[in-house]
Amino acid sequence: MSKRLLAAALIVSASFGPALAAKTSLVVGMPIEPPGLDPTIAAPVAIREVTWANLYEGLVRIDRNGKVQPLLAKRWDISPDGLTYTFHLQTGVKFHDGSAFDSADVKFAFDRARAPNSTNAQKQIFAPIDSIETPDPATVVIKLKETSGNFLYYLGWGDAVIIAPETAENNKANPVGTGPFKFKSWTRGDRVELVRNPDYWQPDKTKLETVTFRFINDPQAQVAALRAGDVDAFPNIGAPELFSELKKDPRFTAVAGNTEGEVVAGMNNAKKPFNDVRVRRALMHAVDRKALVEGAYSGYGQPIGSFFSPNHPAFVDMTGVIPYDQEKAKALLAEAGYGNGLSITIKTPQMAYASRSAELLAAMFAEVGIDMKIIPTEFPAKWIEEVFKNKDYDVTIVAHTEPLDIDIFARDNYYFNYKNDRFKALIADAGRTTSENARFAKYAEAQKILAEDVPALFLFQLPKLGVWNAKLSGLWENSPVPANDVTEVSWSD
Amino acid sequence: MLRLVLSRLVSLIVTLIAVSLAIFLILEVLPGDPAAIMLGTSAREDTLAALRQELGLDQPALVRYMIWIGGLLHGDLGQSITYKMPVSTLVSERMAVTLPLSLLAILISTALALPLGVMAAARQDRATDRAVLVFSSLGVAVPNFWIGILFILFFATWLGWFPAGGFPGWHAGFWIGLKALLLPAVALALPQAAVLTRVTRSATLEVIGADFVRTARAKGVDRGATLRRHVVPNALIPVTTILGLQLSFFFGGAILVENVFNLPGLGRLAYQALNQRDLVVIKDIVLIFSGLVIVINFLVDIGYAILDPRLRSRA
Repeated sequence: MSKRLLAAALIVSASFGPALAAKTSLVVGMPIEPPGLDPTIAAPVAIREVTWANLYEGLVRIDRNGKVQPLLAKRWDISPDGLTYTFHLQTGVKFHDGSAFDSADVKFAFDRARAPNSTNAQKQIFAPIDSIETPDPATVVIKLKETSGNFLYYLGWGDAVIIAPETAENNKANPVGTGPFKFKSWTRGDRVELVRNPDYWQPDKTKLETVTFRFINDPQAQVAALRAGDVDAFPNIGAPELFSELKKDPRFTAVAGNTEGEVVAGMNNAKKPFNDVRVRRALMHAVDRKALVEGAYSGYGQPIGSFFSPNHPAFVDMTGVIPYDQEKAKALLAEAGYGNGLSITIKTPQMAYASRSAELLAAMFAEVGIDMKIIPTEFPAKWIEEVFKNKDYDVTIVAHTEPLDIDIFARDNYYFNYKNDRFKALIADAGRTTSENARFAKYAEAQKILAEDVPALFLFQLPKLGVWNAKLSGLWENSPVPANDVTEVSWSD
Repeated sequence: MLRLVLSRLVSLIVTLIAVSLAIFLILEVLPGDPAAIMLGTSAREDTLAALRQELGLDQPALVRYMIWIGGLLHGDLGQSITYKMPVSTLVSERMAVTLPLSLLAILISTALALPLGVMAAARQDRATDRAVLVFSSLGVAVPNFWIGILFILFFATWLGWFPAGGFPGWHAGFWIGLKALLLPAVALALPQAAVLTRVTRSATLEVIGADFVRTARAKGVDRGATLRRHVVPNALIPVTTILGLQLSFFFGGAILVENVFNLPGLGRLAYQALNQRDLVVIKDIVLIFSGLVIVINFLVDIGYAILDPRLRSRA
């Protein structure tokens, strides 16, 4: 009798239980599997998209609007000369292995990243650091060699998360951080599973109990997985041509936002004819950015006129500086001595956005008398070797996905072979400027220089085509840093 | 017999060494620096140098070849550059998908092809035979990855009976794992089953026409028993040959099907490793695949000698 009663009770609770409590598991789809789970020793975006803010935390974080927010550091003081940063740390924070977090861990993590044998992909973040002192477990004092306006911002990146000395070596396969989710398992080639960290220092921060990241490369398979309910959310789906269809489906929320990826057709500025600014401007005038976005990404993706992310508060729209104008393009070409035509090549990676854009560019150039031959170039291996390292190319096309990376045009020996001392000085100056308004004004000026000088053809911002279950909320619309931050995600019912 | 086995064994070892050298040399000339791929386009020169040293990429080619082969002789496949874990672990994890997938496909393929082929031959030129021929023509014509896509649309997206792809791992339970492999295995099996059906049909037809079958019938053995006891066992010899040849197709086809169904198998690993220039993993997988084909050929050679005494003296 009691058994029957129990069974009845179970049936009742089973039928009412789930209806009352919202779902607490989440399956997120990603196109690429991360090669390891330690963002402090490798560059791939996929590592950050699984671990950043979910598993690991930094002193500060970047929020969904691209702003710096306190995290493991609850507040900080900056000395009037801008050279000394005093971070006051959260107390009572534990790593996933149970050990306590304190100032020694911060010193360890940063010293490791700036050591001579460090393999940190963004070592320059730590370059301004002169010394790191830990007067007590809850305080870190960092002295800089020179002022750095973006120092705090960079500390919000995945490359600067805080890890513990005891576990750092194994983080690649068995990550240990301080985040709201702990690593559970990794079925290589298929999924990474995270579970809620019961000892998290902000106990009520997250609503989810389990988060699974599944890796599905094929765009058709991504859509199939969404429709079959195998995956709850694809923060950036690879099938722009199917996005409009998903948008109409009431089961899903579909949002087109911006990534940090600027799609640019870089030119070899040291090589003829690209050493002539008139030729570069002519090529830019020949590009109908709107038609390009339509053809290459089904109309999603914001046209850009310079090299700055629309997610960043210092962004200025520069598309009007050198607009689509075939007559001007032809005139400039004639002026530069190429009135009878010009033959060039473009080394094109296999990614859909790149190869489609290259084909459209070739067609647009043909209309102003430029013959551009497409040379397929495997990305990343062959492209890095031929274009990036050996600079053996005319034109190429690729998306630069790092946030705030306008300084690549100021780097010596970067693959554009672009040299502009005024721009270089301006970028260095902006980097040292601690006042936000003054720094942003300098970035605006830098954007203008690039828009006029056209060291690369500025095409469009790669969109972030997010599709997720309509009952989900809290996912990011844009990605001001590479991330799939699920800490604020919840289900409604 | 011993001489035959020894001579085949020697040629097997020579082939394996030649293959290993070829793989190494091809990867040597392939452009791409694994360190640059790992660290991206913002990495500084000293950081790249540090990683190259950590990975042992700064050593001369001959030294790296000897280290690889030396490791192999000790059963050590080396460390994956991207995953930073032993390749043997990676490969055995992936084998746990590719091997069951291939075996399941072979099972489905033979279970379908043998009865169909024999049935068609026994009822030559009648409706059953025609139907089987249509099935096998279709099966040969349609590529396995396309069957896979159709299956996903029908069984996963529309009916919702199966997952649309992916593999939860055997730790999730045997049946759950098997369910994830079933659609891809059928997609992989159908084209091979079609080929095998045709072979079985023609082999059976050939044996049916043989003198000893007529003798058996003349002795009064009924049709069914003749088929079971005399025809099928003899027809199986050419069928086995084809099946042996198909084994390497099953591994090759697994690469495509694994991509369509998003299964974490050896084929997907090879593809990923190639993209990331994880040279250690590529070398090992290509060697494993070639080794499998070479060993299967060796076994088939020996098998023939056992089955057919006439071949033994030719060694």
